[in-house]
Amino acid sequence: MNFGVDTGFYPLGSCTMKYNPKINEEIASHPAFAGLHPLQPESTVKGAKEVEEGLGKALCAITGMKAFTFLPCAGAHGELTGLMLIREYHLAHGDTARTKVIVPDSAHGTNPASANVCGLEIVEVKSGANGLVDVESLKPLLGPDIAAIMLTNPNTLGLFEREIGEIAKLVHGCGGLLYYDGANMNPLIGKVRPGDMGFDVLHLNLHKSFSTPHGGGGPGSGPVGVAERLLPCLQNVHTSGFHGNFGVMLRAYAYILMLGRENVKMVGPLATLAANYIKESLKDDYKLPIPSVCKHEFVFDGLINDGARDGVAGATTLDVAKRLLDYGFHAPTIYFPLLFHQALMIEPTETESLETLDAFIDVMHRIAEEAAKDPEMLHSAPHNAPIGRPDETTAARQPVLKYE
Amino acid sequence: MGTFAYFPHTEEDIRVMLKRIGVESIDALYSDVPADFIYKGEYDLPDALSEQQVRDFFDSLGSKNTKLKVFAGLGAYDHYVPAVIPYITSRSEFLTAYTPYQCEISQGTLRYIFEFQSMICRLTGLDVANASMYDGPTAAAEALRMAIASTRKKNKLVVSSLLQEHVLKVIRCYMKYPGYDVVYTEDVLSELGPDVAGVIVPSISRHGIVQDLSGYADAVHAAGALLIEYCDPSALAVLKTPAEWGADIAVGDGQSLGIPLCYGGPYVGFMACKQDYMRKLPGRIVGQALDASGKRCFVLTLQAREQHIRREKATSNICSNESLMALWVTVYLSLMGPEGMKKVNGLSCEGAHYLHAQLLATGKFEDPFPGKPFLKEFCLKPLVPAEKLQQKLLDAGFFAAVSIDGYVNFCVTEKHGKDEIDALVAAVKEV
Repeated sequence: MNFGVDTGFYPLGSCTMKYNPKINEEIASHPAFAGLHPLQPESTVKGAKEVEEGLGKALCAITGMKAFTFLPCAGAHGELTGLMLIREYHLAHGDTARTKVIVPDSAHGTNPASANVCGLEIVEVKSGANGLVDVESLKPLLGPDIAAIMLTNPNTLGLFEREIGEIAKLVHGCGGLLYYDGANMNPLIGKVRPGDMGFDVLHLNLHKSFSTPHGGGGPGSGPVGVAERLLPCLQNVHTSGFHGNFGVMLRAYAYILMLGRENVKMVGPLATLAANYIKESLKDDYKLPIPSVCKHEFVFDGLINDGARDGVAGATTLDVAKRLLDYGFHAPTIYFPLLFHQALMIEPTETESLETLDAFIDVMHRIAEEAAKDPEMLHSAPHNAPIGRPDETTAARQPVLKYE
Repeated sequence: MGTFAYFPHTEEDIRVMLKRIGVESIDALYSDVPADFIYKGEYDLPDALSEQQVRDFFDSLGSKNTKLKVFAGLGAYDHYVPAVIPYITSRSEFLTAYTPYQCEISQGTLRYIFEFQSMICRLTGLDVANASMYDGPTAAAEALRMAIASTRKKNKLVVSSLLQEHVLKVIRCYMKYPGYDVVYTEDVLSELGPDVAGVIVPSISRHGIVQDLSGYADAVHAAGALLIEYCDPSALAVLKTPAEWGADIAVGDGQSLGIPLCYGGPYVGFMACKQDYMRKLPGRIVGQALDASGKRCFVLTLQAREQHIRREKATSNICSNESLMALWVTVYLSLMGPEGMKKVNGLSCEGAHYLHAQLLATGKFEDPFPGKPFLKEFCLKPLVPAEKLQQKLLDAGFFAAVSIDGYVNFCVTEKHGKDEIDALVAAVKEV
């Protein structure tokens, strides 16, 4: 009834569904940590404190930040915490007018939502034809009312924002800060550090890049790292009850210790290799709107030949996604980012073997052939899953949300 | 390539992949990154450890923690964890799944969330519950935001200062930045007025006293505001429910439903509300549906509230929540049933009252709340220095007597037998 990473390949864009090492689970249930009460005095939790310190130090090394708070329990929670820290920073400088945050149109939906929860006004900056933030469109938005810009780099098209140096200079120049949405950090691990690109605050998703299981929608952990000048702000922001999701931190720390200095350098590069391999293997069947080297993920804009003919609608991205389920694969992220109507966002990770990638590529070819011949068969997919497509409209109009 | 277990590629695999892409090296895939930003230093990380070394490392860190019997509460409770729960929650189909966007292959996750929602509704007596929140304190903060959103044009919130400290801390933080007008007071009803959007009160005070909320709902509703109740879901099995008190929204932390202490997390927040506010709920909600062949199934529903659809107009920014911990709670509640929950409360309450009496008998405490009802936790005013008291107990192997508002907190659960309670009292006598 339920598909997980251990069941099969999960090419879910922006979600970084990598292997969840089993040793992590063993460590997370260690009785010497599981029985600790969160209010115990420091003298009795020295081991737990060393986990916090050790993990924080490792994340600083990987990201180039100065310190981390582990209070946030998920990525969006990290965004909110990070934006609060940014507001604290401006308030500490008597800068009360900075109430706007710039968010690209390609950003994850949580970015504008987090900014709103933090009481900030959202200003959208458009992407250029190359899928990157358009620096010329950014310039007129900058001013004394800008608190920060939120960027994910690589962005949700999997493209590296190569003007980041210039963007950092401009935003800092107007007195604003740079927030890094770490949901897409995986391809940079071992290669590029957000701190070096000029980011002042970031969050990481330990349940993405650092191998902790997603659990069907949490518990995650969204630690927030800050640059030196934000260190004093950390003590003013309390976004969860105790010390954050400590059990998730144990898992991520175990993962980093297994990786070590030697292997960390290959995490991002191997993830990037896998994404480019799939992209190049499928671009003759699926529309690639921006043909360039990608990072951890890339976006197709639907099928090249969707099989549409007189009286027969062509196969959509939804159809392709649902047909993949029949072949034993999870679907990619679909209809996101919003820049393309038939967006199909694919992210493999470094933990998938070439055999798995090839099997996925074969199936994607086969689905493209099926679409060209018989799109109607795809409209009604999946055919072999535990259930067929549900009637979501009725479910939302007449909601049944509990046993009556 | 080396032999790192989580990288399955051979040298030959990498050659094949590079050839298909048409580049010479993996480095070429970073040609779009300005050279200045390619990190050229050595990462300040330890050498890679083997699995055995990782085990040894955490064993050695674990041995630096002091093993203590926990007789403290204040938001985290040492209830018994039935052995079956971790076995079910660690099944990889649950553990390694993503958020159930593809419902056709996620019926397991969707079904248990539906069960969780049903059980939270049963415990609170309210109409609708969501799929979970990060923890109790964030659920409380989100409920206050929901009150603002539900009442329109009102900007004032009244927060009971009797909420636990870790809850107040998060509420203060969440309320600061949007600039809401928040009043913190013990006497919440005296602050009611036409500008008030919501009032939040605990069902059990920060001192462990079960609250009498008679008349609260009428007064709050007369002012056109929403009443939010912060509750311990375990205690709801024996207390009057939020619905019975007339609350509009109930929030709290599911930790007391069999989740290990684990130094503060992961836990799971819950939120339930009256039908009227359903479309203002934050987060995921699972609903029942029919598939193409008419088969009953479950889907994520009412998604027009959520950030991935509405972006800045969403009811909240929450995306991932604490799904697996909601499963944990669901399994716990289905194992316990209403009778089991009554028994847990009965044993905890009995033990707490026994400890309360024994501690007062030592002559080292005063009862600051004589005759007030309490369940598993209570506060006493120590007549000896609180710091010394706590340290003495730590030395004797107990975590208890946590300082709060000039008092000290004690908590007893069904895990603690009479002999353990007597041992704690004996240690107190030594102070």
